[in-house]
Amino acid sequence: MARLTPDNLLLARKIIARFPEPRSATIMLCHLAQEQDGYLSPEAMEQVAELIGATSAEVLGTASFYEMFKMHPVGKYCVNVCTNISCQLLGGEELLEHAEEVMGIRSGSTTADGMFTLEDVECVAACTEAPAVQVNYRYFNRVSPDDFDELLEDLRSGELSRTIPSHGTLGNVRQDLHGDRVANITSPSQQVEPAWFPNGDSDEGPAK
Amino acid sequence: MRDIEITEPVEITLNGELVTAQNGELLIDACERNGSYIPRFCYHSRLTPVGMCRMCLVEVDTGRGPALQPSCMIPVSDGMGVDTESDGVAKAQDGVLEFLLANHPLDCPVCDKGGECPLQDQAYAYGPGESRFVEEKRHNEKPIPISELVLLDRERCILCDRCTRFADEVAGDPLIHFIHRGSHTEVNTFPGEPFASYFSGNTVQICPVGALTASPYRFKARPWDLEETESTCTRCSVGCRVVVESSRNKVLRLQGVDSDPVNWSWLCDKGRFGFQAGNSGNRLSRPLQRCESGELSEVGWNTALDSAASVISAAIAGRGPQSVAVLGGARLTNESAYSWAKLAKDVIGTDNVDCQLGDGLPAELVLGLPGASIDEVCEPGATVLYLGPDAKEELPILYLRLRHAADFDGVKIVEVGPTLTGLSPYAAESVTAVPGETPSVLAALLDGTSEHVEASALLRNASDLKVVIGRANLAEDEAITVQTADLIRESVPGATFLPALRRANVRGALEAGLAPGFLPGGATLAGTLPTGWQSMPAERGGGAAEILEDAANGRVDVLILLGSDPLRDFPDRSLARRALAGAKTVISIDPFVNASAEQADLVLAASMFSESAGTTTSLEGRVTALNQLVTPPGTARDDWMIAVDLADRLGADLGVETSADDLAEEMAGFSDAHVVLGDGAPVGDGVMLDISGRDLLTSAEVEVPPANAYSLRLVLNRTMYDKGTLLEESESSAGLAGESVVKLSAADAAPLGVDGSTQVKVTSEHGSVTVAATIDSRVPKGVAVMHHALGDVDAGTLLVHGDPVCDVRVEVS
Ligand code: SF4
Ligand code: SF4
Ligand code: FES
Ligand code: FES
Repeated sequence: MARLTPDNLLLARKIIARFPEPRSATIMLCHLAQEQDGYLSPEAMEQVAELIGATSAEVLGTASFYEMFKMHPVGKYCVNVCTNISCQLLGGEELLEHAEEVMGIRSGSTTADGMFTLEDVECVAACTEAPAVQVNYRYFNRVSPDDFDELLEDLRSGELSRTIPSHGTLGNVRQDLHGDRVANITSPSQQVEPAWFPNGDSDEGPAK
Repeated sequence: MRDIEITEPVEITLNGELVTAQNGELLIDACERNGSYIPRFCYHSRLTPVGMCRMCLVEVDTGRGPALQPSCMIPVSDGMGVDTESDGVAKAQDGVLEFLLANHPLDCPVCDKGGECPLQDQAYAYGPGESRFVEEKRHNEKPIPISELVLLDRERCILCDRCTRFADEVAGDPLIHFIHRGSHTEVNTFPGEPFASYFSGNTVQICPVGALTASPYRFKARPWDLEETESTCTRCSVGCRVVVESSRNKVLRLQGVDSDPVNWSWLCDKGRFGFQAGNSGNRLSRPLQRCESGELSEVGWNTALDSAASVISAAIAGRGPQSVAVLGGARLTNESAYSWAKLAKDVIGTDNVDCQLGDGLPAELVLGLPGASIDEVCEPGATVLYLGPDAKEELPILYLRLRHAADFDGVKIVEVGPTLTGLSPYAAESVTAVPGETPSVLAALLDGTSEHVEASALLRNASDLKVVIGRANLAEDEAITVQTADLIRESVPGATFLPALRRANVRGALEAGLAPGFLPGGATLAGTLPTGWQSMPAERGGGAAEILEDAANGRVDVLILLGSDPLRDFPDRSLARRALAGAKTVISIDPFVNASAEQADLVLAASMFSESAGTTTSLEGRVTALNQLVTPPGTARDDWMIAVDLADRLGADLGVETSADDLAEEMAGFSDAHVVLGDGAPVGDGVMLDISGRDLLTSAEVEVPPANAYSLRLVLNRTMYDKGTLLEESESSAGLAGESVVKLSAADAAPLGVDGSTQVKVTSEHGSVTVAATIDSRVPKGVAVMHHALGDVDAGTLLVHGDPVCDVRVEVS
C-alpha cells in the first residue's frame, strides 16, 4: 500500500505537467493517492512531497485542512449522518443513534469488516431534505431508520456499487483532457498585476 | 524595529499629532518610531507580515472614518489618521487577548518564558484581566520534541506563524507547518520527520510565548536571575552579534542581536548552543605536564611556565629562534593574537608562525585582496561569484544572508565549485568544476567561451562583481585558489572579494601578524619595526605545512600549538602525525586536552568564549567586541596572560601593565579599528578594517595532472556538525555528527554496483580507507566527496600536502 502504482505515478506526472508550478498539483495528487488506497497515507504524502518539490510537512499542512482527506484507513463506505440544526429538528440525532446501534460502532469508527465508517457531520447543505445522510458524499434524503437499514443492506449486497464507488474514488468515469487543450493557466511570474494595485513592485519581499 | 533612512516622507496624524513617516512603511513601525509602541505577537521585522494575531489593531482613518485595522499589514500613506489609544482600540485589545488566552494553559509558574513573555506582559498591560470563557481548554501532550534541540508545547502556542514563517522564509527548511487547520490548528512536523534545521534555535528566540523551548536552557534559570553582556559569536568567522546570558558564573544561553550589517538577529544552532563546551566537565582547569611515567599530570603555573620558558630559551640558544614554531591563534582575541605575534616574532624571533592549518586561504589573499563586506555582497541587484565552501555547512549565517539576497533582493549568485551545495537551489547558476579545474572553467566563463552561456553572461555583464572566495575542497592545493583569485583580478579588475574563512578570528590573527612573512597590520618583514617592538625575525619562516614538515624531520625543537589541533584539523593527516612525533617539545595552549594536546609535553589551560574580553575580526574585516561574563574554570587564563608571563621569563616585556587594554592601545599603532575602539564609545556593530592601499598579492601557476578514467577526484569538505572538540564537548551537539561516508554520483556508482550503503574501499596513492558509499545527486560525475572529521574514517590519510589534487579509486570491498 501507499506509494503510487506505476500507472498512478504516470498520471501524477501528467497532472503536475499541467501546472506552471508543480506545487499547484498538491490537492490533485492527494486525491489520486486517496483514490488508490481509500485514504491518504503518510507514505503517499511523502511521495507527493517528492513529486512536487515540497516537504512532507507542507503536504500534510495543506491536506489536513480538508475534512475529505482521511489520514487514517476508513471503511469502503463513509456514512455521514447530519446532526446540524435542520436535521436535528427532524430526527438526525435519533438517526445517528440508530445507526450506531445497527452498525454496532460509535460515530467516528469503522466496522470490523472494513465496510463502513460512521461519522456525524455538520450541515451538508441538504436542509430541505432533512434528515440527510451521505455515503461517500452521495446524498440520501429524508432518511428514516428503516430507510437507513435498507441503505446498509443495499450497500452490503453490492446493489449500489455502480452509483457509489468505494471511498476515495472521485468518479466512475475519468475525463482525459489533452494537455494542450487546457486554457487560462498563466504562470505566476507572467501574471499581470491588476491596475488597482498602487505600485507594481510585488516581488519586493518584506517591507524594509 | 529597525532604523531606516526616511527618503520619501509623508505626514500622518498619530493620536492627534502630525508626525513624519516613510511612505509605504508599515504603520506598526511608523507608530513605534514616533513614540507609540503597538502591542504585537505575530509581527517580526525580519519576517513577512501576515496579520495572524490581531493584537496590533489600531483605528485608521483614510477619509472614510476610523476603522480597526491591523497596523502590521497597513502601509503608511500621506494624510492617514491613526489612533492607537482610543476606547475602540482598547476594547479590541481586550477582546483579542481574551481570545488568545481562551485555550492558553496559563502555566506561567512552570513556563521558561515567564518573566520575559510577550503574552504575559501584554496580557498584563492591555488585557481585560478576566475571561468570559468557562469552557474546557484544548489539551495536548505537553512538550513534544520537534527536533534534537527544540521542544513544542502546543497548548501554549498562540498560532502566530512566526516559527513556521521563519522555517520557510528565512531558513528554507519548511519542516514545521500548521496542520489540521481549523478549530484544531497546531504547529507540528510531519510524523517521523523532525525539524532538523541548522537554524532551529531561532524559532525559540522569536516565539512570543513559551511554546517553543530549547533543551539546553529548559528549567535552567529565570530571566530576572540572568546577567548579560553583548558579545560576538566565535564559532565561525561570520561574527554574529549575540547577547550572552549567565547565572551563577555559568553561561546558560545565547540570543541573537539584530545587527543590520551581520546577522539580522539570527544565529545558527552551532553558534547558539556551542557555549555548552565552556561548561563541559572536561575543561582544563590547570596546566598539565608530562611526568616521568609518561602521563600528563597537573602542575602549578609557575612550574609550567618555567619549563616552557626554559625549553624555548634552550631552543633559541641551541639551533636559533627559528627552531621554535607557533601553530594556531585563530581561536584567540585580536589582543591575545597580537601578544603572541609579538612574543614569537619580537621576543623569540621566529617567523615560523601560522594561524591557519593548511585549510585556509594564504595570508596574502586575506590581507591583500580588495574587500567586499557581507552587505556589499548582498546588495540588491548585485552579481556574486561564489567560490567558497558550502556556506550552509561552514558559514551558516552568511548562507542565510545570501539566500535572502537571492530570494528577495534580486541578487544573482553564480556558483562555481566541485559539487552542488546548500546554496545551489538559490543560485542563479551553478557550474560544477572537477577539482583542479576551477581556474580553467572560470577562465572560460569570464572570456565567454564557456558552454554555460547564461552563467557566463551573468558574470560578464556584472558591473560590479562581488566574489566570495574560499576553499571548497581541502584535498585541493591552496595554490589553485591563489591562481583563481589571480585570474579574476586580471579579467575583472574592479572585482571585490569576501574571503570565506572558517575559524572565528583567522582574519584578526592574520592582521595581528600570525602568519609567515608578516608583521601586524598587514606589514611585511621587509617593512619598518612596529611601535613597541625591539626586533623582528631575521629570515622569513614557513607556513603550517612547512612547520609540520620541519617538525617531522626533527628540525623543530619547540612546537607551540596555540589553540590548534593539527592531528584533527590539518588535512594531510600523516604529516600531522609525523610532525607531532618529530617535534622535540610540544606545548599546547588550549581549553581542552584535544587529540594533539594528548601528545604534548606541556598543556597550558586557556580561557574560552565569554571568559575573556577583547575584540575579534570577522571574515569581512569587522572588528567587534568580545565581552567577559564568567570566569574560567580553576586557574585557566587568557592567552595573552600566558604570552606576557612567558615573555617575562624570557627577559622581555610585552608592554602590558594591567590588562589587555594595554595591548589594544599598542595595536592602535597599526589598526585604525583599534583607534576607534580605543575611544571607549559603544561600538555595537563594530568597526570595519581599512585595508586599502596594500600591495601584497602573489600569484601561482599549478600543474594539475589530467584526470584519468579509472579514478575519481576527491573532494574533502566539512559539515556543520562533526567530531571537532568543541562540538563534541557541547552536550547538545555531541550526538549530531553524521557517519563517515563517501558520496558518489549515480553515474559513477552504477558501474561499481553501489546502491544504498555499500561498503567500499577508497584508495589513493598514499593510503586507503573503508567506508560506506552513498549516492548523492549533488555530486557530479568524476568526483568523490568525503567529509572532514566524521565517524572513525579518516579521509585525511588519503592526501599529501602539496599535491594539487587527490585522485582516488573506489572499489566495492
Ligand atoms: S510555536 Fe510560538 S512561534 Fe510558533 S506559532 Fe506557536 S506561538 Fe507562534
Ligand atoms: S554563523 Fe558563525 S558566527 Fe554566526 S552564529 Fe553561526 S557559528 Fe556563530
Ligand atoms: S442541517 Fe443537515 S443538511 Fe443542513
Ligand atoms: S502583529 Fe499585527 S496581526 Fe499580529
